[in-house]
Amino acid sequence: MHDLDSLHAAPSGPSTAPPFQDFAKGLWKENPVFAQMLGMCPTMAITNSVTNALAMGLATTFVLLGSGVFVSIFRKRIANEVRITTYILIIAAFVQIADMGLEALMPVSHKALGPFIALIVANCLLLARQESFSARNSVGRSALDALGMGIGFTFGLSVVGTVREILGQGTWLGLRVMPASFEPWVIMNLPPGGFFSFGFVLLGLAWWHDRRTRRAALNLRVARPSTEPLLERAV
Amino acid sequence: MLSHHLWIFFSAMLVNNFTLVMFLGLCSFIGVTGKVSVAFRLGLADTFVLIITSISATILNKWVLVHAPYLRIIAFILVIASMVQITEMAVKKWSPTLFRELGIYLPLITTNCAILALAIFQTNRGYGFLEGVTFALGAGAGLIIALSLMASVRERLELADIPTVARGTALVLFVAGGLSLAFMGFSGLLTAQ
Repeated sequence: MHDLDSLHAAPSGPSTAPPFQDFAKGLWKENPVFAQMLGMCPTMAITNSVTNALAMGLATTFVLLGSGVFVSIFRKRIANEVRITTYILIIAAFVQIADMGLEALMPVSHKALGPFIALIVANCLLLARQESFSARNSVGRSALDALGMGIGFTFGLSVVGTVREILGQGTWLGLRVMPASFEPWVIMNLPPGGFFSFGFVLLGLAWWHDRRTRRAALNLRVARPSTEPLLERAV
Repeated sequence: MLSHHLWIFFSAMLVNNFTLVMFLGLCSFIGVTGKVSVAFRLGLADTFVLIITSISATILNKWVLVHAPYLRIIAFILVIASMVQITEMAVKKWSPTLFRELGIYLPLITTNCAILALAIFQTNRGYGFLEGVTFALGAGAGLIIALSLMASVRERLELADIPTVARGTALVLFVAGGLSLAFMGFSGLLTAQ
């Protein structure tokens, strides 16, 4: 559902925004995890520790960057009828490289992530970026977009991973942060913890958005010039 | 022999339920679970693709990937994409009504990670032909159960008075968390093997 929405909402022509905007939009405004909600499976499956979240985020960023640049180089040669298959094959090739590279360089992380490295192929985020951005834009812009989206994705995973690791194990990136008397919430390490913690993160975001729009509406009604930095960002 | 196959089946269906315990195929789990009838039929279509994928993966593993293991992901995803295409054409021919109801979610099965995961798990565990099909049937049954349960809960929630902030994906995730918690209860079911 989500991936198609974003495919249809994609702009039809090349991006006209300043290049920095191509990079920055993935960090927050169109963040893959919080705004587009693409690639939910890894968001919940491997976020039981921040280390895993970072490794997964880096692997995804690598695949995003590689396939984005590749698709962008060949964008004029890929026939329209077979473009989705071509994108998937390009993505699969880079995922295979990431899988074998991670196995050789970081065997511990590779073992912890298990089949989820290979499953990057089935992450809707990859296909959505090729279809809506790389297929229409120059190599440089595609690389910027892929980097922004990758960093945004890594950030999103780390936020959920932080919640789960602190509550589930009392540590952050393996460092002890909670007092010794803290009893770890075992549930956070189990699958339901993934659903609950991501649900709470989304709930917090929805509450924040809701409050912001209500404040902005109130502000317009009393016709007060917006001086608060929070509201300026809203515009 | 039979008990081995039963173990594979129930393990895939309940203990390691693909959606609620392994977090696979969440896109359709959240996107298509508005109505029970549609969710159930999507589960059936998923099961069909899972079985075909399992058979194809066995063939690929036996004759192709022995010689070129580095082609694993590429070969699997290519086969899955073509199988989904064939399924789509078959459904369109035999049941145009179902084709219309499933709409865009039928081609989307390609990017359903449950399908690719099945091929990978099957390879990692070294399942043969029959074991693979049993595994696919169990995983499919698990998907049907998860999708139908979720859709039933959401149909009831339609009438509930929910605060605006909590509406949407956050609520679906809490419901999924509850279901997942219930499925944790199965974890002690199968200890042998």
